[in-house]
Amino acid sequence: MASTIRVRAISNGDTTEVQALIQHPMDSGFVKDAQGQVIPAHFIQQLTFEHGGKTVFVADWGPAVSKDPYVKFAFKGGNKGDEIKIGWVDNKGASDATTAKIQ
Amino acid sequence: MTTRSAIRFALLALAALAFAEPSARAADTPDPVADAKAFQKFFTQKFPKVKLEDFVNGPYSMNEDMHRQWEEKEQFPPYEFALEAGKDMFSKPFKNGKTYADCFPNGGIGIRQNYPYFDEKEGEVVTLELALNRCREANGEAPVSYVKDEMASLTAYMAYTSRGKPMDIKIPNDLRALEAYENGKRYFYTRRGQLNFSCATCHVQSPGERIRAEILAPALGIMNAMPIYRSEWSGMGTTSRRFTTCNSQIRGVPLNPQDEEYRDLEYYLSYVSNGLPISGPGARP
Amino acid sequence: MRALLLISVFLITGSAPTLAASEGDFKAAYAAAEIAEKDAGQLRNQWTTTEAALAAAKKAAASGDFDQAVASSKEAEALAKASIFQATSEKERWKDMEIR
Repeated sequence: MASTIRVRAISNGDTTEVQALIQHPMDSGFVKDAQGQVIPAHFIQQLTFEHGGKTVFVADWGPAVSKDPYVKFAFKGGNKGDEIKIGWVDNKGASDATTAKIQ
Repeated sequence: MTTRSAIRFALLALAALAFAEPSARAADTPDPVADAKAFQKFFTQKFPKVKLEDFVNGPYSMNEDMHRQWEEKEQFPPYEFALEAGKDMFSKPFKNGKTYADCFPNGGIGIRQNYPYFDEKEGEVVTLELALNRCREANGEAPVSYVKDEMASLTAYMAYTSRGKPMDIKIPNDLRALEAYENGKRYFYTRRGQLNFSCATCHVQSPGERIRAEILAPALGIMNAMPIYRSEWSGMGTTSRRFTTCNSQIRGVPLNPQDEEYRDLEYYLSYVSNGLPISGPGARP
Repeated sequence: MRALLLISVFLITGSAPTLAASEGDFKAAYAAAEIAEKDAGQLRNQWTTTEAALAAAKKAAASGDFDQAVASSKEAEALAKASIFQATSEKERWKDMEIR
Protein backbone atom coordinates (compact mmCIF):
# COMPACT_ATOMS: atom_id res chain seq x y z
CA MET A 1 0.00 0.00 0.00
CA ALA A 2 1.28 3.44 -0.87
CA SER A 3 2.61 5.47 2.02
CA THR A 4 0.28 7.97 3.64
CA ILE A 5 3.18 10.35 4.10
CA ARG A 6 4.39 12.76 1.44
CA VAL A 7 7.50 14.57 2.52
CA ARG A 8 10.00 16.98 1.07
CA ALA A 9 13.10 18.15 2.90
CA ILE A 10 15.22 20.90 1.47
CA SER A 11 18.61 21.97 2.72
CA ASN A 12 18.89 25.72 3.06
CA GLY A 13 22.25 26.84 4.38
CA ASP A 14 22.61 25.48 7.88
CA THR A 15 18.95 24.66 8.27
CA THR A 16 16.72 22.08 6.67
CA GLU A 17 13.14 22.94 5.75
CA VAL A 18 10.70 20.08 5.94
CA GLN A 19 7.17 19.86 4.59
CA ALA A 20 4.89 16.88 4.95
CA LEU A 21 1.37 16.04 3.91
CA ILE A 22 -0.20 13.07 5.63
CA GLN A 23 -3.27 11.22 4.49
CA HIS A 24 -5.45 10.52 7.52
CA PRO A 25 -9.17 11.04 8.25
CA MET A 26 -8.44 12.80 11.57
CA ASP A 27 -11.97 12.21 12.82
CA SER A 28 -12.50 14.20 15.98
CA GLY A 29 -15.14 11.93 17.42
CA PHE A 30 -17.59 14.82 17.63
CA VAL A 31 -19.06 14.59 14.15
CA LYS A 32 -22.21 12.63 13.34
CA ASP A 33 -22.81 10.90 10.06
CA ALA A 34 -25.93 11.24 7.88
CA GLN A 35 -27.73 8.64 9.99
CA GLY A 36 -27.04 10.54 13.20
CA GLN A 37 -24.39 8.16 14.48
CA VAL A 38 -21.20 9.58 15.91
CA ILE A 39 -18.19 8.89 13.72
CA PRO A 40 -15.69 7.45 16.19
CA ALA A 41 -12.52 9.38 16.95
CA HIS A 42 -9.70 8.36 14.69
CA PHE A 43 -6.74 10.69 14.68
CA ILE A 44 -2.95 10.74 14.73
CA GLN A 45 -1.69 11.04 18.28
CA GLN A 46 2.00 11.35 17.63
CA LEU A 47 4.01 12.40 14.64
CA THR A 48 7.80 12.19 14.77
CA PHE A 49 10.61 13.36 12.49
CA GLU A 50 14.12 12.02 13.08
CA HIS A 51 17.46 12.97 11.64
CA GLY A 52 20.78 11.39 12.46
CA GLY A 53 19.21 9.35 15.22
CA LYS A 54 17.84 12.45 16.93
CA THR A 55 14.22 13.54 17.07
CA VAL A 56 14.02 16.93 15.39
CA PHE A 57 10.26 17.41 15.56
CA VAL A 58 7.50 15.72 17.48
CA ALA A 59 3.82 16.57 17.38
CA ASP A 60 1.32 15.43 20.01
CA TRP A 61 -1.98 15.75 18.25
CA GLY A 62 -5.59 15.54 19.31
CA PRO A 63 -9.05 15.86 17.74
CA ALA A 64 -8.56 19.49 16.76
CA VAL A 65 -6.28 18.74 13.83
CA SER A 66 -8.10 18.53 10.50
CA LYS A 67 -8.16 15.84 7.88
CA ASP A 68 -5.01 15.25 5.79
CA PRO A 69 -2.76 17.39 7.97
CA TYR A 70 0.03 19.44 6.50
CA VAL A 71 3.12 20.20 8.53
CA LYS A 72 5.98 22.56 7.81
CA PHE A 73 8.98 23.22 9.99
CA ALA A 74 12.71 23.81 9.87
CA PHE A 75 15.54 22.41 11.97
CA LYS A 76 19.18 23.32 12.35
CA GLY A 77 21.54 20.93 10.71
CA GLY A 78 21.05 18.33 8.04
CA ASN A 79 22.96 18.06 4.79
CA LYS A 80 21.92 17.23 1.30
CA GLY A 81 21.61 13.48 0.95
CA ASP A 82 20.94 12.85 4.63
CA GLU A 83 18.02 10.66 5.50
CA ILE A 84 15.00 11.78 7.50
CA LYS A 85 12.66 9.30 9.17
CA ILE A 86 9.00 10.16 9.60
CA GLY A 87 6.45 8.15 11.53
CA TRP A 88 3.02 8.51 13.03
CA VAL A 89 0.84 6.54 15.43
CA ASP A 90 -2.88 7.06 15.79
CA ASN A 91 -5.37 6.45 18.57
CA LYS A 92 -6.36 3.09 17.10
CA GLY A 93 -2.78 1.92 17.29
CA ALA A 94 -2.26 2.09 13.53
CA SER A 95 0.94 3.61 12.26
CA ASP A 96 2.93 4.42 9.17
CA ALA A 97 6.49 5.44 8.55
CA THR A 98 8.66 6.51 5.70
CA THR A 99 12.05 7.94 4.95
CA ALA A 100 13.13 10.77 2.67
CA LYS A 101 16.40 12.25 1.54
CA ILE A 102 17.18 15.89 2.10
CA GLN A 103 17.39 17.66 -1.25
CA MET B 1 -51.60 69.37 -10.66
CA THR B 2 -50.80 68.62 -7.05
CA THR B 3 -47.16 68.67 -5.91
CA ARG B 4 -47.29 64.97 -5.29
CA SER B 5 -48.47 64.04 -8.75
CA ALA B 6 -46.05 66.53 -10.25
CA ILE B 7 -43.16 64.81 -8.52
CA ARG B 8 -44.46 61.44 -9.58
CA PHE B 9 -44.74 62.65 -13.16
CA ALA B 10 -41.22 64.03 -13.07
CA LEU B 11 -39.88 60.76 -11.73
CA LEU B 12 -41.68 58.81 -14.39
CA ALA B 13 -40.36 61.12 -17.08
CA LEU B 14 -36.82 60.67 -15.76
CA ALA B 15 -37.28 56.94 -15.68
CA ALA B 16 -38.59 56.98 -19.23
CA LEU B 17 -35.54 58.96 -20.33
CA ALA B 18 -33.21 56.53 -18.58
CA PHE B 19 -34.82 53.60 -20.30
CA ALA B 20 -34.79 55.33 -23.63
CA GLU B 21 -30.98 55.40 -23.57
CA PRO B 22 -29.87 53.57 -26.67
CA SER B 23 -26.83 51.93 -25.11
CA ALA B 24 -28.87 50.18 -22.40
CA ARG B 25 -31.02 47.09 -22.74
CA ALA B 26 -31.20 47.19 -26.51
CA ALA B 27 -33.21 44.42 -28.15
CA ASP B 28 -30.35 42.34 -26.80
CA THR B 29 -29.00 40.22 -29.61
CA PRO B 30 -26.36 38.42 -27.59
CA ASP B 31 -22.81 39.30 -28.47
CA PRO B 32 -20.61 36.91 -26.52
CA VAL B 33 -17.42 38.24 -28.05
CA ALA B 34 -18.20 41.76 -26.83
CA ASP B 35 -19.34 40.36 -23.48
CA ALA B 36 -16.08 38.51 -22.93
CA LYS B 37 -14.07 41.56 -23.85
CA ALA B 38 -16.05 43.79 -21.49
CA PHE B 39 -15.88 41.16 -18.76
CA GLN B 40 -12.12 40.85 -18.90
CA LYS B 41 -11.68 44.60 -19.20
CA PHE B 42 -13.84 45.17 -16.11
CA PHE B 43 -11.65 43.00 -13.94
CA THR B 44 -8.27 44.01 -15.31
CA GLN B 45 -9.21 47.63 -14.77
CA LYS B 46 -10.49 46.96 -11.30
CA PHE B 47 -7.29 45.14 -10.37
CA PRO B 48 -4.55 46.69 -12.51
CA LYS B 49 -1.75 45.02 -10.53
CA VAL B 50 -3.04 41.52 -11.21
CA LYS B 51 -1.81 39.82 -14.37
CA LEU B 52 -4.59 38.45 -16.56
CA GLU B 53 -3.54 34.84 -16.07
CA ASP B 54 -3.41 35.24 -12.28
CA PHE B 55 -7.13 35.82 -11.97
CA VAL B 56 -7.56 32.07 -12.10
CA ASN B 57 -6.16 31.89 -8.58
CA GLY B 58 -9.29 33.44 -7.14
CA PRO B 59 -8.88 34.94 -3.68
CA TYR B 60 -5.11 34.42 -3.81
CA SER B 61 -4.86 36.98 -6.55
CA MET B 62 -6.73 39.47 -4.38
CA ASN B 63 -4.61 39.42 -1.25
CA GLU B 64 -0.82 39.55 -0.82
CA ASP B 65 -0.67 37.58 2.40
CA MET B 66 -2.95 34.87 1.11
CA HIS B 67 -0.91 34.71 -2.09
CA ARG B 68 2.26 33.91 -0.16
CA GLN B 69 0.53 31.19 1.79
CA TRP B 70 -0.92 29.78 -1.40
CA GLU B 71 2.47 29.68 -3.13
CA GLU B 72 3.83 27.65 -0.23
CA LYS B 73 0.78 25.41 -0.36
CA GLU B 74 1.32 24.79 -4.06
CA GLN B 75 4.60 23.07 -3.20
CA PHE B 76 2.56 20.51 -1.35
CA PRO B 77 -1.00 20.85 -2.53
CA PRO B 78 -3.76 19.33 -0.42
CA TYR B 79 -5.42 17.93 -3.53
CA GLU B 80 -2.61 15.46 -4.19
CA PHE B 81 -4.53 12.52 -2.76
CA ALA B 82 -7.68 13.26 -4.75
CA LEU B 83 -5.59 13.72 -7.88
CA GLU B 84 -3.95 10.33 -7.47
CA ALA B 85 -7.27 8.71 -6.76
CA GLY B 86 -8.64 10.35 -9.90
CA LYS B 87 -5.83 9.03 -12.03
CA ASP B 88 -6.44 5.51 -10.76
CA MET B 89 -10.18 5.79 -11.30
CA PHE B 90 -9.75 7.15 -14.77
CA SER B 91 -7.63 4.26 -15.93
CA LYS B 92 -9.64 1.51 -14.25
CA PRO B 93 -11.74 -0.30 -16.87
CA PHE B 94 -15.52 -0.63 -16.60
CA LYS B 95 -17.10 -4.06 -16.23
CA ASN B 96 -17.37 -4.25 -20.01
CA GLY B 97 -13.65 -3.72 -20.43
CA LYS B 98 -13.83 -0.18 -21.83
CA THR B 99 -12.42 2.88 -20.05
CA TYR B 100 -13.23 6.57 -19.78
CA ALA B 101 -10.59 7.17 -22.45
CA ASP B 102 -12.90 5.53 -24.98
CA CYS B 103 -15.56 8.22 -24.46
CA PHE B 104 -13.40 11.27 -24.93
CA PRO B 105 -11.31 12.83 -27.67
CA ASN B 106 -7.59 12.24 -27.18
CA GLY B 107 -8.40 9.60 -24.59
CA GLY B 108 -9.63 12.30 -22.22
CA ILE B 109 -6.15 13.76 -21.76
CA GLY B 110 -5.63 17.47 -22.12
CA ILE B 111 -9.21 18.26 -23.17
CA ARG B 112 -10.75 19.84 -20.07
CA GLN B 113 -10.40 23.35 -21.51
CA ASN B 114 -12.99 22.52 -24.17
CA TYR B 115 -15.72 21.92 -21.62
CA PRO B 116 -18.53 22.83 -21.45
CA TYR B 117 -19.44 22.61 -25.11
CA PHE B 118 -22.77 22.92 -26.87
CA ASP B 119 -23.99 19.62 -28.24
CA GLU B 120 -25.82 20.58 -31.41
CA LYS B 121 -27.32 17.15 -31.79
CA GLU B 122 -28.83 17.07 -28.32
CA GLY B 123 -29.39 20.82 -28.26
CA GLU B 124 -27.88 21.30 -24.82
CA VAL B 125 -24.75 22.25 -22.96
CA VAL B 126 -22.54 19.33 -21.99
CA THR B 127 -20.22 19.84 -19.05
CA LEU B 128 -17.30 17.61 -18.17
CA GLU B 129 -19.18 16.15 -15.21
CA LEU B 130 -22.19 15.36 -17.36
CA ALA B 131 -19.98 13.78 -20.02
CA LEU B 132 -18.30 11.57 -17.42
CA ASN B 133 -21.56 10.22 -16.09
CA ARG B 134 -22.91 9.73 -19.60
CA CYS B 135 -19.77 7.75 -20.34
CA ARG B 136 -20.45 5.56 -17.34
CA GLU B 137 -24.06 4.97 -18.33
CA ALA B 138 -23.14 4.24 -21.93
CA ASN B 139 -20.87 1.52 -20.61
CA GLY B 140 -23.31 -0.11 -18.26
CA GLU B 141 -22.13 1.57 -15.07
CA ALA B 142 -24.27 3.46 -12.59
CA PRO B 143 -23.70 7.22 -12.61
CA VAL B 144 -21.82 8.69 -9.65
CA SER B 145 -23.03 11.59 -7.54
CA TYR B 146 -22.14 15.00 -8.96
CA VAL B 147 -21.29 16.35 -5.55
CA LYS B 148 -19.15 13.61 -4.05
CA ASP B 149 -15.55 12.45 -4.06
CA GLU B 150 -15.52 10.22 -7.14
CA MET B 151 -16.63 12.89 -9.59
CA ALA B 152 -14.31 15.36 -7.87
CA SER B 153 -11.31 13.05 -8.22
CA LEU B 154 -12.07 12.27 -11.87
CA THR B 155 -12.47 15.91 -12.88
CA ALA B 156 -9.38 16.80 -10.82
CA TYR B 157 -7.30 14.40 -12.86
CA MET B 158 -8.70 15.57 -16.17
CA ALA B 159 -8.17 19.22 -15.22
CA TYR B 160 -4.61 18.43 -14.22
CA THR B 161 -3.83 17.03 -17.66
CA SER B 162 -4.92 20.39 -19.11
CA ARG B 163 -2.97 22.60 -16.73
CA GLY B 164 -1.73 25.72 -18.41
CA LYS B 165 -3.89 25.33 -21.50
CA PRO B 166 -6.07 28.34 -22.24
CA MET B 167 -9.81 28.00 -21.66
CA ASP B 168 -11.30 27.45 -25.10
CA ILE B 169 -15.09 27.43 -25.05
CA LYS B 170 -16.90 27.60 -28.34
CA ILE B 171 -20.34 28.94 -29.12
CA PRO B 172 -21.40 27.44 -32.43
CA ASN B 173 -23.47 29.41 -34.88
CA ASP B 174 -26.66 27.99 -33.45
CA LEU B 175 -29.46 30.03 -31.89
CA ARG B 176 -29.90 27.42 -29.17
CA ALA B 177 -26.26 27.73 -28.17
CA LEU B 178 -26.62 31.48 -27.98
CA GLU B 179 -29.73 31.03 -25.90
CA ALA B 180 -27.94 28.71 -23.51
CA TYR B 181 -25.16 31.28 -23.19
CA GLU B 182 -27.69 34.04 -22.49
CA ASN B 183 -29.48 31.81 -20.02
CA GLY B 184 -26.23 31.31 -18.15
CA LYS B 185 -25.52 34.99 -18.18
CA ARG B 186 -28.98 35.74 -16.89
CA TYR B 187 -28.57 33.22 -14.09
CA PHE B 188 -25.26 34.77 -13.11
CA TYR B 189 -26.68 38.25 -12.63
CA THR B 190 -30.12 37.35 -11.25
CA ARG B 191 -30.58 37.78 -7.54
CA ARG B 192 -31.98 34.83 -5.68
CA GLY B 193 -32.38 33.35 -2.25
CA GLN B 194 -33.69 35.12 0.80
CA LEU B 195 -30.40 37.00 1.03
CA ASN B 196 -31.13 38.39 -2.42
CA PHE B 197 -27.65 37.83 -3.80
CA SER B 198 -26.71 37.05 -7.35
CA CYS B 199 -23.42 35.44 -8.29
CA ALA B 200 -22.40 38.91 -9.41
CA THR B 201 -23.15 40.44 -6.01
CA CYS B 202 -20.08 38.68 -4.59
CA HIS B 203 -17.94 37.98 -7.61
CA VAL B 204 -18.42 41.14 -9.66
CA GLN B 205 -19.29 43.77 -7.09
CA SER B 206 -17.09 42.59 -4.25
CA PRO B 207 -14.05 40.55 -5.30
CA GLY B 208 -11.15 41.02 -2.91
CA GLU B 209 -13.52 42.07 -0.16
CA ARG B 210 -14.61 39.89 2.70
CA ILE B 211 -17.79 38.00 3.30
CA ARG B 212 -17.49 37.13 6.93
CA ALA B 213 -14.01 35.59 7.12
CA GLU B 214 -13.60 34.74 3.45
CA ILE B 215 -11.99 36.81 0.74
CA LEU B 216 -14.16 36.79 -2.38
CA ALA B 217 -12.82 35.61 -5.71
CA PRO B 218 -13.31 37.53 -8.94
CA ALA B 219 -15.67 35.95 -11.44
CA LEU B 220 -12.99 36.16 -14.10
CA GLY B 221 -11.25 32.81 -14.27
CA ILE B 222 -13.39 31.35 -11.54
CA MET B 223 -14.10 28.13 -13.44
CA ASN B 224 -10.47 27.65 -14.46
CA ALA B 225 -9.42 26.27 -11.11
CA MET B 226 -12.25 23.76 -10.77
CA PRO B 227 -12.56 21.28 -9.21
CA ILE B 228 -11.24 22.65 -5.94
CA TYR B 229 -9.94 21.26 -2.68
CA ARG B 230 -11.61 23.48 -0.13
CA SER B 231 -10.28 23.56 3.39
CA GLU B 232 -13.85 24.32 4.37
CA TRP B 233 -14.89 20.97 2.91
CA SER B 234 -11.76 19.15 4.07
CA GLY B 235 -11.82 17.66 0.62
CA MET B 236 -12.20 17.94 -3.10
CA GLY B 237 -15.42 19.36 -4.51
CA THR B 238 -16.91 19.62 -7.96
CA THR B 239 -18.41 22.57 -9.79
CA SER B 240 -21.83 21.07 -9.05
CA ARG B 241 -21.05 21.05 -5.38
CA ARG B 242 -19.97 24.67 -5.42
CA PHE B 243 -23.06 25.84 -7.31
CA THR B 244 -25.50 24.00 -5.08
CA THR B 245 -23.86 24.97 -1.81
CA CYS B 246 -23.62 28.58 -2.89
CA ASN B 247 -27.37 28.56 -3.54
CA SER B 248 -28.12 27.26 -0.07
CA GLN B 249 -25.68 29.70 1.50
CA ILE B 250 -27.82 32.56 0.19
CA ARG B 251 -30.91 30.70 1.38
CA GLY B 252 -32.06 29.58 -2.02
CA VAL B 253 -33.19 26.00 -2.46
CA PRO B 254 -30.59 24.53 -4.80
CA LEU B 255 -31.61 23.05 -8.11
CA ASN B 256 -30.46 19.55 -8.97
CA PRO B 257 -26.79 19.23 -9.82
CA GLN B 258 -26.27 19.55 -13.55
CA ASP B 259 -29.72 21.06 -14.10
CA GLU B 260 -29.93 23.16 -17.23
CA GLU B 261 -29.44 26.45 -15.42
CA TYR B 262 -26.21 25.28 -13.83
CA ARG B 263 -24.81 23.92 -17.06
CA ASP B 264 -25.68 27.13 -18.87
CA LEU B 265 -24.11 29.11 -16.04
CA GLU B 266 -20.90 27.12 -16.37
CA TYR B 267 -21.01 27.67 -20.12
CA TYR B 268 -21.27 31.44 -19.74
CA LEU B 269 -18.66 31.73 -17.01
CA SER B 270 -16.18 29.56 -18.85
CA TYR B 271 -16.67 31.40 -22.13
CA VAL B 272 -16.03 34.87 -20.70
CA SER B 273 -12.80 33.53 -19.23
CA ASN B 274 -11.59 32.19 -22.56
CA GLY B 275 -7.85 32.61 -22.94
CA LEU B 276 -7.08 32.31 -19.24
CA PRO B 277 -5.14 29.16 -18.32
CA ILE B 278 -6.63 26.09 -16.73
CA SER B 279 -5.22 25.98 -13.22
CA GLY B 280 -7.21 23.06 -11.89
CA PRO B 281 -7.38 21.22 -9.69
CA GLY B 282 -7.29 24.15 -7.31
CA ALA B 283 -7.03 24.68 -3.58
CA ARG B 284 -9.12 27.19 -1.74
CA PRO B 285 -9.70 28.20 1.88
CA MET C 1 -78.31 35.29 35.64
CA ARG C 2 -76.81 32.08 34.27
CA ALA C 3 -77.13 33.43 30.79
CA LEU C 4 -75.39 36.62 31.78
CA LEU C 5 -72.55 34.62 33.31
CA LEU C 6 -72.26 32.47 30.22
CA ILE C 7 -72.28 35.47 27.93
CA SER C 8 -69.64 37.26 29.96
CA VAL C 9 -67.47 34.14 29.90
CA PHE C 10 -67.69 34.06 26.13
CA LEU C 11 -66.98 37.76 25.94
CA ILE C 12 -63.91 37.40 28.15
CA THR C 13 -62.47 34.47 26.25
CA GLY C 14 -63.42 36.18 23.02
CA SER C 15 -61.38 39.23 23.99
CA ALA C 16 -58.31 37.15 24.66
CA PRO C 17 -55.60 37.61 21.98
CA THR C 18 -57.06 35.03 19.58
CA LEU C 19 -59.30 32.06 19.69
CA ALA C 20 -57.09 28.98 19.55
CA ALA C 21 -56.49 27.80 16.01
CA SER C 22 -58.05 24.57 14.96
CA GLU C 23 -56.65 21.79 12.85
CA GLY C 24 -58.87 23.05 10.08
CA ASP C 25 -57.27 26.49 10.32
CA PHE C 26 -53.85 24.90 10.07
CA LYS C 27 -54.81 22.79 7.08
CA ALA C 28 -56.10 25.82 5.24
CA ALA C 29 -53.07 27.96 6.05
CA TYR C 30 -50.65 25.17 5.18
CA ALA C 31 -52.37 24.48 1.89
CA ALA C 32 -52.12 28.13 0.93
CA ALA C 33 -48.44 28.14 1.82
CA GLU C 34 -47.83 24.98 -0.16
CA ILE C 35 -49.48 26.39 -3.23
CA ALA C 36 -47.39 29.54 -3.05
CA GLU C 37 -44.21 27.48 -2.58
CA LYS C 38 -45.16 25.31 -5.54
CA ASP C 39 -45.54 28.44 -7.67
CA ALA C 40 -42.12 29.58 -6.50
CA GLY C 41 -40.86 26.15 -7.54
CA GLN C 42 -42.22 26.66 -11.04
CA LEU C 43 -40.17 29.84 -11.17
CA ARG C 44 -37.16 27.85 -9.94
CA ASN C 45 -36.78 30.26 -7.05
CA GLN C 46 -37.60 28.72 -3.69
CA TRP C 47 -36.02 29.83 -0.45
CA THR C 48 -34.62 27.49 2.15
CA THR C 49 -36.30 29.53 4.85
CA THR C 50 -39.70 28.87 3.26
CA GLU C 51 -39.03 25.16 3.39
CA ALA C 52 -37.94 25.49 7.00
CA ALA C 53 -41.14 27.34 7.92
CA LEU C 54 -43.26 24.69 6.22
CA ALA C 55 -41.44 21.97 8.12
CA ALA C 56 -41.87 23.87 11.38
CA ALA C 57 -45.59 24.21 10.68
CA LYS C 58 -45.94 20.51 10.09
CA LYS C 59 -43.99 19.68 13.19
CA ALA C 60 -46.10 21.99 15.36
CA ALA C 61 -49.29 20.53 13.95
CA ALA C 62 -48.08 17.02 14.65
CA SER C 63 -47.65 17.91 18.31
CA GLY C 64 -51.06 19.57 18.41
CA ASP C 65 -49.83 23.17 18.65
CA PHE C 66 -52.09 24.54 15.97
CA ASP C 67 -51.48 28.16 16.92
CA GLN C 68 -47.82 27.77 16.10
CA ALA C 69 -48.64 25.63 13.10
CA VAL C 70 -50.83 28.36 11.65
CA ALA C 71 -48.25 31.04 12.45
CA SER C 72 -45.50 29.06 10.71
CA SER C 73 -47.76 28.35 7.75
CA LYS C 74 -48.51 32.01 7.35
CA GLU C 75 -44.82 32.82 7.58
CA ALA C 76 -44.09 30.20 4.94
CA GLU C 77 -46.73 31.65 2.66
CA ALA C 78 -45.31 35.15 3.07
CA LEU C 79 -41.78 33.92 2.34
CA ALA C 80 -42.95 31.97 -0.69
CA LYS C 81 -44.76 35.02 -2.04
CA ALA C 82 -41.68 37.14 -1.48
CA SER C 83 -39.59 34.65 -3.45
CA ILE C 84 -42.14 34.84 -6.26
CA PHE C 85 -41.92 38.62 -6.21
CA GLN C 86 -38.13 38.33 -6.35
CA ALA C 87 -38.22 35.99 -9.33
CA THR C 88 -40.63 38.25 -11.19
CA SER C 89 -38.84 41.52 -10.54
CA GLU C 90 -35.41 40.03 -11.23
CA LYS C 91 -36.55 39.10 -14.74
CA GLU C 92 -35.57 42.58 -15.82
CA ARG C 93 -33.51 43.89 -12.95
CA TRP C 94 -30.61 41.50 -13.54
CA LYS C 95 -29.55 43.64 -16.42
CA ASP C 96 -28.67 46.45 -14.03
CA MET C 97 -25.76 44.39 -12.76
CA GLU C 98 -24.51 43.18 -16.10
CA ILE C 99 -21.02 44.14 -17.14
CA ARG C 100 -21.27 45.76 -20.54
